[in-house]
Amino acid sequence: MKRDRMPEAPVPLDIQRAQDPASMLQAASRPRLLTPAGWGGVLLALAIVAIGVPLANLLAPVDSVFHLSDYAVGLTGKIMCYAICALAIDLIWGYTGILSLGHGLFFALGGYAMGMYLMRQIGRDGNYASELPDFMVFLDWKALPWHWAGSGSFVFQMLMVLLVPGLLALVFGFFAFRSRIKGVYFSIITQALTFAAMLLFFRNETGFGGNNGFTDFKRILGMPIATPSTRMLLFVLTGCVLIGFFLMARAIVTSKFGRVLQAIRDAESRVMFTGYDPLAYKLAIWTLSAVMCGVAGALYVPQVGIINPSEMSPAASIEMAIWAAVGGRATLIGPIVGAFFVNGAKSWFTQVVPEFWLYFLGALFIAVTLFLPNGLVGLAAQLRRKKKGADE
Amino acid sequence: MVLMRGLRLLLLVVGLLSATAAHALTAVQARAIADGDTDARVVALSDAAAAGEPGLAMFMQALLNDAVKLTPTQVLVVQGDKAADAASGAPATLPSDAEDVVNNNRMRGALQATLASLRLLSPERSVRAAAIDELGKQATDEAQLPLIEKAWASESDATLKAQLGRMRAGVLVASSDPAKRLNAAQALGDSGEPTVKALLLERLAEGVESDADVRAALRQSLDKVSRRLVWGERLGVVFTGISLGSILLLVALGLAITYGLMGVINMAHGELMMIGAYATYVVQNLFRAHAPGAFDYYLWAAVPASFIVAALVGAVLERSVIRWLYGRPLETLLATWGISLVLMQSVRSLFGAQNVPVENPAWLSGGVAVMSNLTLPFNRIAIIAFALLVLAGVALLIARTRLGLFVRSVTQNRRMAACVGVNTARIDTYAFSLGAGIAGLAGCALSQVGNVGPDLGQSYIVDSFMVVVLGGVGQLAGTVFAGLGLGVLNKVLEGWAGAVLAKIMVLVFIVVFIQKRPQGLFAMKGRSAEA
Repeated sequence: MKRDRMPEAPVPLDIQRAQDPASMLQAASRPRLLTPAGWGGVLLALAIVAIGVPLANLLAPVDSVFHLSDYAVGLTGKIMCYAICALAIDLIWGYTGILSLGHGLFFALGGYAMGMYLMRQIGRDGNYASELPDFMVFLDWKALPWHWAGSGSFVFQMLMVLLVPGLLALVFGFFAFRSRIKGVYFSIITQALTFAAMLLFFRNETGFGGNNGFTDFKRILGMPIATPSTRMLLFVLTGCVLIGFFLMARAIVTSKFGRVLQAIRDAESRVMFTGYDPLAYKLAIWTLSAVMCGVAGALYVPQVGIINPSEMSPAASIEMAIWAAVGGRATLIGPIVGAFFVNGAKSWFTQVVPEFWLYFLGALFIAVTLFLPNGLVGLAAQLRRKKKGADE
Repeated sequence: MVLMRGLRLLLLVVGLLSATAAHALTAVQARAIADGDTDARVVALSDAAAAGEPGLAMFMQALLNDAVKLTPTQVLVVQGDKAADAASGAPATLPSDAEDVVNNNRMRGALQATLASLRLLSPERSVRAAAIDELGKQATDEAQLPLIEKAWASESDATLKAQLGRMRAGVLVASSDPAKRLNAAQALGDSGEPTVKALLLERLAEGVESDADVRAALRQSLDKVSRRLVWGERLGVVFTGISLGSILLLVALGLAITYGLMGVINMAHGELMMIGAYATYVVQNLFRAHAPGAFDYYLWAAVPASFIVAALVGAVLERSVIRWLYGRPLETLLATWGISLVLMQSVRSLFGAQNVPVENPAWLSGGVAVMSNLTLPFNRIAIIAFALLVLAGVALLIARTRLGLFVRSVTQNRRMAACVGVNTARIDTYAFSLGAGIAGLAGCALSQVGNVGPDLGQSYIVDSFMVVVLGGVGQLAGTVFAGLGLGVLNKVLEGWAGAVLAKIMVLVFIVVFIQKRPQGLFAMKGRSAEA
């Protein structure tokens, strides 16, 4: 494995100093957040998401070449949510070397928190014209269960979107990292975690709609949820969150904190011997990554209109890992590229040749691990280098 | 099912014979049974049955077959395009305005129960026994009581008489007369049948029995019955636990080799099991097509076939993919997941997405009844024995053969093994194929107790990794104890908290356990542990 060791890598002789936040900020020659070209790219992406797409979808006439169909907007919005997940996986896997096979759980928890609010927004417009969500009427429940207490309030549920995945990750991560569960063991345990949660959410008694989950949403914040303008609003919001998370991730990986993370990935024992406690670092990035997934889930549910326990299946979480791997781990643009590539391919395959989708996905898993350890972005960089070499 | 159909046919013949002999069912009775509101019909039916009208059986069967029609003057039994008067049996023309007799579920139940109770009086012991069985499965009420009592009084066989007595008590315990209920409640205490326990529990449920004395008697009887049943239940839980454990053991044994010894995370392990199960299916079909006489012995061919097919697939996988990923466990995990997707889709393309039927050979169906509430199915017993055999085979192979020696040496120190002339690349292939072949054997075993479909492997993969993680890496003993332990634990919790919660509790338990002992139950000791 290639290890980029910077010549000025901080060697904290004095542990006290190393843990002093002020000195952390002063870490020598901190790389720029983005190159000027990078900033240009971010602004361009922001312009496309916030201005280009709304214009092309809402204002351009249907027969114009610039028109973007509702379907394309919906698909892109969905994939942008996935891209947030891929970015979150990249932070924990690409930069810290911890492969989680349970991020689907955090995604779904965020989605469920949002879904609870949306279910309450249906009000009396459900099939049973009851104040309670339809599935509760169906189960003959008379009142909301305790964990639905705050579901009427948007602010409270948005807090839950952050807190539930965050707290779960914090507690689980604390115990797992404290007993130094590493590598494949950790992956398998996270997989078991999401599997157990899936079984739990499949139960009607859990109070999350069982098999069917939540669907048939009518409105969000009083606005009808299926109109083009609401959908566009959600789309723009998702795009901005994605770009925001990208910048945040970039800030993290270029900071000293991020450098320690990469050091943990490359040689955890050495990091410990130099006086750092990897637990806090791992726990922080793990929790952050879970919260990012929760936010992605909350943005995903109103756009797709359904959330059910299948989002927690182990397969869904493993697919998230492959988005990051296809695009290129330990680059930040890679996971986003990967999420778009894999999900774009998925929607093409499932429409045109559905029976070949699993062959393609399976082959992708194998090919990426065997031939493209640095993903598509790595491949592009490799080709560029080769071309440069040929030019000289 | 087949038995029931045969009996029904027999009954029809008996009914037809008796119908030609005498038609004592009067026209009035026939109309009362066929027409009117359900309550009145049920009463008329039980009256006629208690009187032992000979033509009744055939008439009831006709009612159940929806072959009875009503005209304003007659009750007609229709057969094909001929019709006959239900009472006299005389041929009649079927008017076009004849109405169908509609039987709701209650009426159907009453008809079936009465039919069965009529057979209680048959001179053949086997027919009577079957009738008691059938009647026991249906909800009997006071309408059948006269017949049951009659049968009980005349029954000569002691076992059947006892069964009838319990059935009678079961009806009486729901009687409207408290004195009868009390007697019945006390009588039920002599039973050791699980159905009686269910009945008592049902009667004791909130709001069913209001009389305090009867309730006390019921509770006493329940205690007695429960005490008699408790050992059977306990042993039953242990047996199903061991059975599940032996399946987990079979599944995990292959993993113990690929993961435990080689350090390869094989997410396609479940799919290799699926391949073994499908190999069993193919062998079964070949036997059915070409050697139907030897069908009962197809498993003897299916066991080696499933091993060989899965091992070959494993060898191809090792040579083509896994070999390049040694030492990169996370990448191996993803690549083998990809392999599992491809294998699953291939099976779907070849055999279809539906489950395929795999039949037990005759000698594996049925079971041995150890206690009244404990029957051990032969296929489960066979799987336990099979798991132990495979375990013994693997243990011998690893400990006693040259191949096993090489596998252990490569595991312990690859470079040193290569230095002394072990062809490590070839040993890797052999070891991986061995693990895959054992997965195939597990698939063959699973095909005898569960569904065989493209998703077969998916449902076991989490469980089997749990077994390996819990058992500790590199140790067969750990796998054995973890597999059996998890199986029994799962079933014990299942009885206490339900299937899903039990599974969740087991997963949580494992996560907590790993906190305390990250290296599993049986840890490798010494320097190799940190590798």
